[in-house]
Amino acid sequence: MFLQFDKDGIYCAQAGVYIDPWKPVDKAIITHAHSDHARRGSKSYLAHHDSRGILEYRLGQEIQLETLGYSEPVIMNGVRISLHPAGHITGSSQVRLEYKGEIWVVSGDYKVMPDGITTPFEPVPCHHFVTESTFGLPVYNFPDAATLDADLKSWCCKNLNAGKSCVLIGYSLGKAQRILSSLHDMPSPVILHGAIYNTNTALGLSNERYTRYAAGIKKTFQEPLIVVAPPSVIGSSWLRQFEPYELGVCSGWMQLRGARRRRNADMGFVMSDHADWKGLNEAVLATGADHIYVTHGYKSIYAKWLTEQFGLDAVTVDTLYEGEALEQPDTETTEEEDEAA
Amino acid sequence: MKAFTELYYELDATTKTLPKVEALTRYFLRTKPEDSIWAIALLVGNRPKRPVKSSDLKAWATDLAGIPEWLFGDSYSVVGDLAETITLLINSTSDKVSEISLNELMRELGAMASLTDAEKKERVLGYWKTLAPQELYVFNKLITGAFRVGVSKLLVFKALSKAYQIEEKVIAHRFIGNWKPTDTSLLDLLKEDEFLDATSRPYPFCLAYALDVEWSALGRIEDWQIERKYDGIRGQIIVRNKELFVWSRGEELLTDKFPEFEELKYDLPDGTVIDGEILPIVNGKIRSFNQMQKRTTRKALTKKILQEVPLKMVCYDLLEKDGKDLRDLPLQERRRLLEEVVTNSKACNSSLVLAPLLSCNAWEKLDQLRNEAKAVGCEGLMLKRKDSNYETGRKRGKWWKWKVDPYSVDAVLIYAQAGHGRRANLFTDYTFAVWDGDVLVPFTKAYSGLTDKEIIEVDAWIKKNTLEKFGPVRSVTPHWVFEIAFEGINESPRHKSGIALRFPRIARWRKDKPLSEANTKEDLLNLLHATQ
Ligand SMILES: [Zn+2]
Ligand SMILES: [Zn+2]
Repeated sequence: MFLQFDKDGIYCAQAGVYIDPWKPVDKAIITHAHSDHARRGSKSYLAHHDSRGILEYRLGQEIQLETLGYSEPVIMNGVRISLHPAGHITGSSQVRLEYKGEIWVVSGDYKVMPDGITTPFEPVPCHHFVTESTFGLPVYNFPDAATLDADLKSWCCKNLNAGKSCVLIGYSLGKAQRILSSLHDMPSPVILHGAIYNTNTALGLSNERYTRYAAGIKKTFQEPLIVVAPPSVIGSSWLRQFEPYELGVCSGWMQLRGARRRRNADMGFVMSDHADWKGLNEAVLATGADHIYVTHGYKSIYAKWLTEQFGLDAVTVDTLYEGEALEQPDTETTEEEDEAA
Repeated sequence: MKAFTELYYELDATTKTLPKVEALTRYFLRTKPEDSIWAIALLVGNRPKRPVKSSDLKAWATDLAGIPEWLFGDSYSVVGDLAETITLLINSTSDKVSEISLNELMRELGAMASLTDAEKKERVLGYWKTLAPQELYVFNKLITGAFRVGVSKLLVFKALSKAYQIEEKVIAHRFIGNWKPTDTSLLDLLKEDEFLDATSRPYPFCLAYALDVEWSALGRIEDWQIERKYDGIRGQIIVRNKELFVWSRGEELLTDKFPEFEELKYDLPDGTVIDGEILPIVNGKIRSFNQMQKRTTRKALTKKILQEVPLKMVCYDLLEKDGKDLRDLPLQERRRLLEEVVTNSKACNSSLVLAPLLSCNAWEKLDQLRNEAKAVGCEGLMLKRKDSNYETGRKRGKWWKWKVDPYSVDAVLIYAQAGHGRRANLFTDYTFAVWDGDVLVPFTKAYSGLTDKEIIEVDAWIKKNTLEKFGPVRSVTPHWVFEIAFEGINESPRHKSGIALRFPRIARWRKDKPLSEANTKEDLLNLLHATQ
């Protein structure tokens, strides 16, 4: 096979390059900067221009990184390689590899529905398509950005009017920026957890309107606040200083009541960086590919569906990308694990 | 249905008591009594039978969603709730508000049982295709018969009391026992005279909190009545109109299970209600709770089992005498009357035993009494103020329980993992959950405590009832309730439930407890706050 799923990552022997390797390698193409896809230790990296700041922030300033624009091809040992928008987070890319007329596309993580801030997903015709399946079950049908926007705002207004602060939980890269963009015209002070503040800086976004969290900050404000923080603060005593507050959790998992209850959320916003059921099916069919490789998520279920429903040659492949960590029993979730959602 | 859906989501959105009572009160104030009676029935768990088989619902939803049967099954096992799975698969985009009232809907569902399958399908699909997402979810909860909200009866009664301006105690009393929303009128039930002929109705039990204050807060020890805390079935024996009724604390009518009390209907005067503990006692000694379970879980009561495990009631309170409600009298006075009633009865010292009062002249010496209680098969002590009235439900201050095993919680087994060493092929490590609304949330692991025989039985059951495997961990169908004893409770951000127990161990397998009677997360949080 032109691409192999080996112990270190997704490997293209002809070009001598790995895509999102989970072990250090010589040459790595990085679809996006989430930590289950972008790992430390490789000798050189290739990614989209917009990923530069955040990759240097996360992997170290000293990394050997080359960046490309969308649809700008490079040739590696006869393999024509280009990046295409995946709509997942800033800089996220699908990787297209063409060799002797055979085209492979590795989607990384992707989202079909536009979110208003990420370059929208573009289907790339190919013969072989590597897809994620984080939300590859028909129970996952996500609301569009406008609906989410309205829900977030009205929830915040309701709480603020009742004199309560709003603590919104979203992963620091991706979700947090979407939350901030939805709430950009709220008049209340916005406090950012350090991880989010730093991520904004690395993304080249302005933090001008926000206040970085510091101990005792609640005392410097008279009015209720909007606080944006990563999932790691859930259940911690850190939250207590914002009493009285309501907790809103933003994640695709919030589609399920059980997940909402387990996370102790007062409110769950179904906000995801991943494609929902409909999105996955649209994306897979739009590639026109006959051979589908299903990675992280409900992969065996989704592969079976593609095979039965559309007669595609769909198989599952093992990767170390994390898609469903939130749903494992009894694991202490870390920020890293939450990332994939 | 609109108002009820709003109520459902309001109750669901908070874990705090006050907003729940407010939401309920608003609901009762703005809803017609014929709708309210259904809401009450649904909230207190007095649910009608499922009108449609769940296999039919599954098949119709699978059809409507255009997916194969196996995919429905996989979705269901991920979501874990049938009503929610169906709601998500239908993925309604309607924003209509339905016109149908809760009463109309529940009656329609009730009448559905007599329709043909094709007619049922047509009705159900009619709702599925038109209801907006929130109403659709509540509708599915109702039709799958899995309706559960995190609201206790007491909260419902408190709200009713506010809405209808009737004393809470009175309301609680009238809703006890068997009543059906189909033939009960809320207004009639609340009217005094309708109520008087309810011969069988017990009083709501007065419950105690676990002792969590300093001795100094209790004042003088002379003001307290000290009893042992028994480990049996709390019950009320009622004799009215020459009829006998035996109720358990779970409001189950258990008269038929206890033939030893049969004669009391001739023996005790009409209008007598005794509160006490039903226990297996042989030659003056209390037998273990396991023996009791052996007796109560038995379907047919053979002569043999009746002889082996004879039951008595240890009487500790008198709630009604000569048809008069005594609950507002001080305990001291009730006790005097209780002694009179029991000693005048032929059953005295056969099926009725007076709970002995213990004497102690200093709080510091109470610990020794508590340990002695353990030695005679009791769980610890009860402290009751001599001037206390008989409260409705659990109230702080007048009654305390002081157990030898300080804390326990009834929890549901949800995950299991194989043990190590000798038990490597057996599932011996369990994770337990409590209710949080209608969801079970894991909160502790507990290992030891079961007998080898029980371990093998649980293991076999787990192997047959595995839902999913996550590495070495299996999730199982929630079914069994276990009593978990522990030494203390702490806040813990590292645990998803936010709490950690100290030295949790399985005290016993509560085969007698239905899933719905497991404790709630709220109970644990209350305990946490009380102990801090
Ligand atoms: Zn991923
Ligand atoms: Zn990602």
